[in-house]
Amino acid sequence: MKKQIENFMRYQFLLGELVKKGIKLKYRRSYLGIIWSLVEPLLEMIVLAIVFGTLFENDDKTFPVYILTGRLLYSFFSQGTKASLTSIRRNASMIKKVYVPKYLYPLSSVLFNYVIFLISLIVLVAVALVLGIYPTVYLVEAIVPLLLVLILTFGCGMILATLGVFFRDLEYLWNVALMLVMYTCAIFYYPDRLLDSGFDWILKGNPLYCIISMFRNAVFGRPLEMTTLIYATVFSFATVIVGLFIFHRQQDKFILHI
Amino acid sequence: MGKEVLKVDNVSMKFNLSSEKVDSVKEYFIKLLKREMEYDEFWALQNISFSLEKGDRLGILGLNGAGKSTLLKVIAGVFKPTTGTITRKGKIAPLLELGAGFDMQYTGAENIYLYGAVLGYRKDFIRSKYDEIVAFSDLGKFINVPLKNYSSGMRSRLGFAIATIMEPEILILDEVLSVGDAKFRKKSEKKIKDMFDKEVTVLFVSHSLEQVKRLCNKAMILDHGQMKAFGDIDEVAEIYQKMIEEQ
Repeated sequence: MKKQIENFMRYQFLLGELVKKGIKLKYRRSYLGIIWSLVEPLLEMIVLAIVFGTLFENDDKTFPVYILTGRLLYSFFSQGTKASLTSIRRNASMIKKVYVPKYLYPLSSVLFNYVIFLISLIVLVAVALVLGIYPTVYLVEAIVPLLLVLILTFGCGMILATLGVFFRDLEYLWNVALMLVMYTCAIFYYPDRLLDSGFDWILKGNPLYCIISMFRNAVFGRPLEMTTLIYATVFSFATVIVGLFIFHRQQDKFILHI
Repeated sequence: MGKEVLKVDNVSMKFNLSSEKVDSVKEYFIKLLKREMEYDEFWALQNISFSLEKGDRLGILGLNGAGKSTLLKVIAGVFKPTTGTITRKGKIAPLLELGAGFDMQYTGAENIYLYGAVLGYRKDFIRSKYDEIVAFSDLGKFINVPLKNYSSGMRSRLGFAIATIMEPEILILDEVLSVGDAKFRKKSEKKIKDMFDKEVTVLFVSHSLEQVKRLCNKAMILDHGQMKAFGDIDEVAEIYQKMIEEQ
């Protein structure tokens, strides 16, 4: 354990470089550059608000904020897990030639998406203020879902990164799975009807929905629900433990498969 | 002689040829049902043991497919040996394939930091050596151009400059002495000679017996993953000469 921490310290700089590289390359050669991380969610929010707000005759004025909270967390989760899934293969040329602790690749993939996600929260602040949602004491709670989403994404990312080395099909399967996750996250609809219908487990069983709903409570000034908090926390940490375990078990075989 | 720097103890490396090809779920289950998994074992290295002291320069001889590159990669830590252990003391500079950690979209300057980090250098160390690296690689104003626009010679020059800037205890050379044009080759050979003078331990793979004789004081012969000979350069060179003639 001590050796692993020492090793981590030694490669901290590389981790930083990989995170920087992810951010830099994502927006390189586009005119707006990093500003895209603000413009993109804003544009998407406008589209979703028009489709699900105006066309479905939803007259809640704060609906865009509702959409944005869900969309931001979901898109971090989906981008982060997708990037980790392919991270080992993307860096195959490096892995084959130099020794580097391999978990750095999925970890840096998740972290660089997290940085972009944190930057894009600026949009949320702006839109919320414009639509008249002002911060309350409960906003402090937001730190909990913001950390949990990072842990959950890292855990899923490690599991996917490991499996992705052995089965290329996973890339496509995961895209479909992400769609399922998206629809069960209540990003652009109110969950009330579903929660009352006896199918509430579809939402409540989805840890990402739990995290999103906690985040919304914080933004809209409501207290956290205890059961949701406990479920999401346990689930997130469990994925990390499973992820680290299988990654550690399999990592020496990676090189034979890439 | 000095202290032991590298100890390779009973190292074997097994590759699983069939499992290398399975990379879809469908194939996996078909193979699993047919019980075709775990077939076609291939031992790239078998029971290799030797140790090197500070200042030793080992030439590794052998035909294609003898396991030379695999051995170097195991020592560099890229492969984990199936059985056996490797003890290394000090820093290793693997000049296996130069610029393995390069990113093509990054500029030369950015790649210096990235590749340096891949090799495990510290940030302030790279910053202090930055000018020296740029000067040695002879890239001049190209240093701020994305790497994808470099010629292959420029790329390997940069790779060589970064990989050799640190003073390693163990240097792994896989036929990289033929980097770049004549002028740069001279410069790189001088650099490696300088490192030799500092009593660095060297592992060197080459097909040219001449080159090995000129550079090394010890040698080993690998044949189909097995160590056929290990010892002083002159003895081993003689055995190798015979081996080639017999074939």
